[in-house]
Amino acid sequence: MSQVPTDLRYTSSHEWVRLEDDGTVTVGITDHAQDALGDLVFVELPEIGSELAQGDACCVVESVKAASDIYMPISGEIVDTNQSLVDEPEIINNSSYDDGWIFKIKPNDEDDIEELMDASSYESELEDE
Amino acid sequence: MSQKTCLYDNHKNHGAKIVDFAGWEMPINYGSQMDEHHQVRADAGMFDVSHMTVVDLQGDRVKPFLQKLLANDVARLKESGKALYSAMLNENGGIIDDLIVYYMRDDWFRMVVNAATRDKDLAWIHQQAAEFEVTVTERPEMAMIAVQGPNARDKALSVLPEGVAEAATDLKRFNGVAVGDWFVARTGYTGEDGFEIILPEVKAPDFWEALFAAGVKPIGLGARDTLRLEAGMNLYGTDMDETTSPLTSNLGWTIAWEPEERDFIGREKIAAEKAAGVTHKLVGLVLEDKGVLRGHMKVLCDAGEGETTSGSFSPSLKQSIALARVPVGIGESCEVEVRNKHLKARVVKPVFFREGKSCL
Repeated sequence: MSQVPTDLRYTSSHEWVRLEDDGTVTVGITDHAQDALGDLVFVELPEIGSELAQGDACCVVESVKAASDIYMPISGEIVDTNQSLVDEPEIINNSSYDDGWIFKIKPNDEDDIEELMDASSYESELEDE
Repeated sequence: MSQKTCLYDNHKNHGAKIVDFAGWEMPINYGSQMDEHHQVRADAGMFDVSHMTVVDLQGDRVKPFLQKLLANDVARLKESGKALYSAMLNENGGIIDDLIVYYMRDDWFRMVVNAATRDKDLAWIHQQAAEFEVTVTERPEMAMIAVQGPNARDKALSVLPEGVAEAATDLKRFNGVAVGDWFVARTGYTGEDGFEIILPEVKAPDFWEALFAAGVKPIGLGARDTLRLEAGMNLYGTDMDETTSPLTSNLGWTIAWEPEERDFIGREKIAAEKAAGVTHKLVGLVLEDKGVLRGHMKVLCDAGEGETTSGSFSPSLKQSIALARVPVGIGESCEVEVRNKHLKARVVKPVFFREGKSCL
């Protein structure tokens, strides 16, 4: 069974989202997603400063097997990216919810997060897959 | 309707993630494709390749039959057990399949063809065999296990049955030996030393576990693909098919043009193509920028456009590599279009990593 921390929000495209104290939102991919992709070998990070809408493909993670798009979970501006992933994409495999975060968003509307799935909804969606 | 090999339960017990491959439920990995790749390069790994099709061809005229059927010439096989890699062409010089053929006896050759092309291969072989009165017998009761890596032969020899092990000990590369209902050949699809072992299905599950106990780890189709790509070995249906000729598939070396009077199927077309001069060739690409090359990406160079046929991250080289069909005039470098960006790549001979060493 893959890990689904209860303090995060989730999308059906397997991103996780965490609202930080400073009002930014951290985004990564779930344990289930990293397991399905397998050993990651490349991450194409989004550009800081780009303003994107919910559902936009904003960056790409590639495993030995395949490339996979990461989508904006909510609309906003990219304010930070995890540079350690450039040389060590496997951090996502080892720590998908902590050291393996991918980017941070300044949300257009913080309340958009409430629309995303909570842990139990995401877990039941995984069970249906 | 999906099929399972006789080793399916072994795979499940070893934690395999199962996927469909050409109608077969096969292990893609048993955890980490990357670890499995390194296991084969550094030590020893085993692959279930029982889905591949073993065909025995028998009859007094089996040799002239194969001299017509295959672009390579089985007359090159002088000793029993000797293997030959060849393309099987259609009348247009397109590749129906690539295969290995073993010379067993004057009236018996054994062929191993791809699982994904089984039906059309068998239909074609039967059609051509009729006039030579050659008997075509598929051997579905046989399993096949490839054991590959620098320590693969030693570990396999320690668990092969008595008699089989003795006979396999001194095998030279690309040679095989039959002992009873076992057949062991020093061949493979990884660029490492090792054996491909054909054995009765009923004995395969126990033999698999004996290999495991001897330190040979199970390897899935995922690592099989990155290993063969690093070794610069084509994958049928990806790097070549019925629309491509061996001359544009880096298989020129497998065509036996001599003797001139040998009239193999497709000869006329590829001889004309050769005389006119080929326009494309299959090369290797090494990505110099960060990123990952995949199949079907556009290749740009001064001489025109080409296309990648296979691409992946190379676990051994820690950068991305690809095979690509490109204009013959391509220089030493090119660009590959990856998600609308143009990334720089170096053009190399299509062999990247073999026997534990980089070929770059």
